[in-house]
Amino acid sequence: MSAPLLSVRDLRTEFATKAGPIKAVDGVCFDLQAGEILGLVGESGSGKTVTGFSILGLIDPPGRIAGGSVRLEGRELVGLTNAALRDVRGKQIAMVFQDPSATLNPVLSIGAQMKLALDAHGRSSATVARERSVEVLTRVGIPDPAKRLDAYPHQFSGGMRQRVAIAIALLNRPKLIICDEPTTALDVSIQAQILTEMKALARDMGTAMIWISHDLATVSSIASRILVMYAGRIIEEGGVAEVLRAPRHPYTRGLLESLPANATPGQDLMQIPGSTPSLLNLPPGCPFAPRCSYADDLCRTEPPRLTSGSRAVRCHHPLAMEAA
Amino acid sequence: MSAASPVAIFWDEFKESRIAVAALAVVLLIFALALAAPFISPQNPYNLAELSLMDARRPPGFVGSKGYTHWLGTDGQGRDLLSAILYGLRISIQMGVIAGGIAFSLGATLGAFAAFIGGRTEALIMRIIDLQLSFPAILLALVLAAVLGQGKWQLITALVAAQYAYFARTAHGAASSERSKDYVDAALSTPLSTARVVFRHILPNCLPPLIVVATVQVANAIALEATLSFLGLGLPVSEPSLGMLIAHGFQYMLSGRYWISIYPGVALIVLIVAINLVGDQVRDQLNPRLRR
Amino acid sequence: MTPLIVVDRVSKRFRPSLSLGEKIAAGLGSPVETRTVHAVDHVSLVIRKGEVLGLVGESGCGKSTLGRVIAGIHPPSEGAARIDGEPIMSDARTPVKATTRIQMIFQDPFASLDPRIRIGETIAEGPIAHGLVSKGKAAAYAGEWLRRVGMPADAAGRFPHQFSGGQRQRIAIARALAMQPDVLICDEPVASLDVSIQAQIVNLFLQLRRELGLTMLFISHDLGVVRHISDRIAVMYLGRIVETGPSAEVYARPRHPYTRALLDSVPKLVTGADEMVTFKPIMGELPSPLSPPPGCHFHLRCPKVQPLCKAEAPTLVGEARAVACHFPLPD
Repeated sequence: MSAPLLSVRDLRTEFATKAGPIKAVDGVCFDLQAGEILGLVGESGSGKTVTGFSILGLIDPPGRIAGGSVRLEGRELVGLTNAALRDVRGKQIAMVFQDPSATLNPVLSIGAQMKLALDAHGRSSATVARERSVEVLTRVGIPDPAKRLDAYPHQFSGGMRQRVAIAIALLNRPKLIICDEPTTALDVSIQAQILTEMKALARDMGTAMIWISHDLATVSSIASRILVMYAGRIIEEGGVAEVLRAPRHPYTRGLLESLPANATPGQDLMQIPGSTPSLLNLPPGCPFAPRCSYADDLCRTEPPRLTSGSRAVRCHHPLAMEAA
Repeated sequence: MSAASPVAIFWDEFKESRIAVAALAVVLLIFALALAAPFISPQNPYNLAELSLMDARRPPGFVGSKGYTHWLGTDGQGRDLLSAILYGLRISIQMGVIAGGIAFSLGATLGAFAAFIGGRTEALIMRIIDLQLSFPAILLALVLAAVLGQGKWQLITALVAAQYAYFARTAHGAASSERSKDYVDAALSTPLSTARVVFRHILPNCLPPLIVVATVQVANAIALEATLSFLGLGLPVSEPSLGMLIAHGFQYMLSGRYWISIYPGVALIVLIVAINLVGDQVRDQLNPRLRR
Repeated sequence: MTPLIVVDRVSKRFRPSLSLGEKIAAGLGSPVETRTVHAVDHVSLVIRKGEVLGLVGESGCGKSTLGRVIAGIHPPSEGAARIDGEPIMSDARTPVKATTRIQMIFQDPFASLDPRIRIGETIAEGPIAHGLVSKGKAAAYAGEWLRRVGMPADAAGRFPHQFSGGQRQRIAIARALAMQPDVLICDEPVASLDVSIQAQIVNLFLQLRRELGLTMLFISHDLGVVRHISDRIAVMYLGRIVETGPSAEVYARPRHPYTRALLDSVPKLVTGADEMVTFKPIMGELPSPLSPPPGCHFHLRCPKVQPLCKAEAPTLVGEARAVACHFPLPD
């Protein structure tokens, strides 16, 4: 295998609060190959979004990257100046957010915003910028793109706005797009359209993606590899089909079993008891232990380590490979 | 997560601004002095028997015929200015707080009901309020004070009439956004009565912006009362408020007897500025757009 | 089974009030756009006693508005919703809800609980106002309902912000149940919850339904959850119901092209190593409810559109299994 496009090692991000530091991301490691789509799955507070933001250095005080390394094609991003990071953002790594209206400027036309995004990484003539903008808008399926360049964000529907946000992310031909719940706010029929197009994008243009989502089904339909996060840590990693067919961490298995798709209608769903732990007072051992039916004294005292290899799990008592 | 009460959290943040804490201390000190005026003032400036024209218009530091020092001098009737200011503050604060309180209750209720009911009723109420807000408050207060005549309650009526519209406008804005929240729909689907929904649910949630307006409006009421008194439309001459003291001293300004107007003026300014500084900090803290 | 709730040709239109300038312009004879939103367009449906009816559709289809009309929050613009033959809202000039037999649960438990009121009072407020419990016994009453939804009784003394999303939704459910309703309207009750919490709340609904014999309208965009909990399903598109029927049948053999397309759009868990994921996305987007297309509302996106579809709106035909389509898919 060639050298990875992105290499994240022992990434730790903390937020200072009055009650002490919150370890939102706690020792995350993974590699991403060019053109690969990696799914990052977890519930709220699992650290999946903060991981995405940390890669781009988008952590504002009281948060800080407390340690670790993020290398893009061998270049270290942690510790870069803001100016240097700005150059990386948009050009080499782009980001797409859940709510496109938060990223689009309501008082600028789409065309003007795209020109600005292009100019941020080297000026181009108005004609060239326009051509490139039409090209990417066509690519994400905006009908009649040349005309739509003069439209303002509010003149687009939610789904179309998200396409525009994706088009802007594509402008500078980034090597990696970090997508943070990009289809969560959209209807299923629009989500299906965007998932289809994003897959084609990765395939045709070799753009790698980190697809952050809480929805296992969505991730399984776009990603080839999956990372499951819980309480700031990766607890399971592997190929999508392997992880979903035979989960090795009790949490992953609990999540899968709780889906209505895996149950008889009208019967009680399998459920994970309790709620996600507060990052302020995590139990000393495995953070999932209080909700886990397999937990024993070891789990309650000793935090487990992530096994090595491409099919990894962070559990003292991983489920058997052939389970489920 | 700690279960600290919202008030405790608010105070923690408030403490971070030294200016606001100092201003709050000044406000509290002035309020305490005004409350304690009968016990700490050298004389009762309203008791004509205690006044002596012999002591009139004396400069600060003068030892009067009663044997004590007039630290801030005396006015045209021989009143000890320090005592007159303390008693004047008492009246000014009383007027400001009572008028502000009534204007708050009246305006907030009107605005919240208008927002809740909607339709033509809302449009009618809010247009009247807009119309009123397009006049300067002082104009309305002047007209009312002139029509109603002198006296405490007449003055309070004039102040309330000039100020309730600000509360109504603010409550209407806040209530309109609360109206669309699900907890109101939940109350409607129970169903609960309109009065209960407005008073128990909507109004308490509109309090933050109303509190900000209230601090500013109490300061404004104090200033407005001083203005009316200065113009001779305020309280009876026998109970001089700060505005009237300033007005009385005005005629002596050119003859070098500055203290009769200046010291009450300074007291008024310090009080109003301090209230406004506290109000600024409260506004900053309650404004979600400025929150980190 | 007897129909408990009958929704009879209900329409709900929202007309944003015109600004003064627009009114003057209209008075002077210039054409002013009337921005009437037809959120619900002549919808008829019944909910039978003891059943769970799932109402599915995409955002903007009017399912939430229909739920609020049935819950007595919005008066209908036309038509009427009745429970046991009694109107849900009075027909006074400003209509008010006339029954406590229908209660509602909302999507976002962070918004549906008044942040300034303690949990115990939130739950007991309605029952006290309607004489279901005396003030003296209210605390014990609220505690009992908290227990039934799996919350500790000492929660009563706390404020909403001290609870997680799942716990708040339990509290909102307790508030609705404390009114001793026959019918629960649930508007996306699990959509804003974490995945591991969703199953807990779905199970709570199943359990309460068994224990209390509740009738429910379960509104959701999540087809998986609706299928799991509902006996019958109604599919809505742009203000109209396009298909109804028993859940299993609608999911297995959708007859309306929209239902079919919607089911095909749902991402499925992929567990086979070489499984290809292919969607058959519906073309285009939901038209604006400000100016719905003439004829069948779905004709702009329908793969099987015919000239008739553009001219004439199909009616919902059928009894147990009804579809509003000129050219339904074969059963």
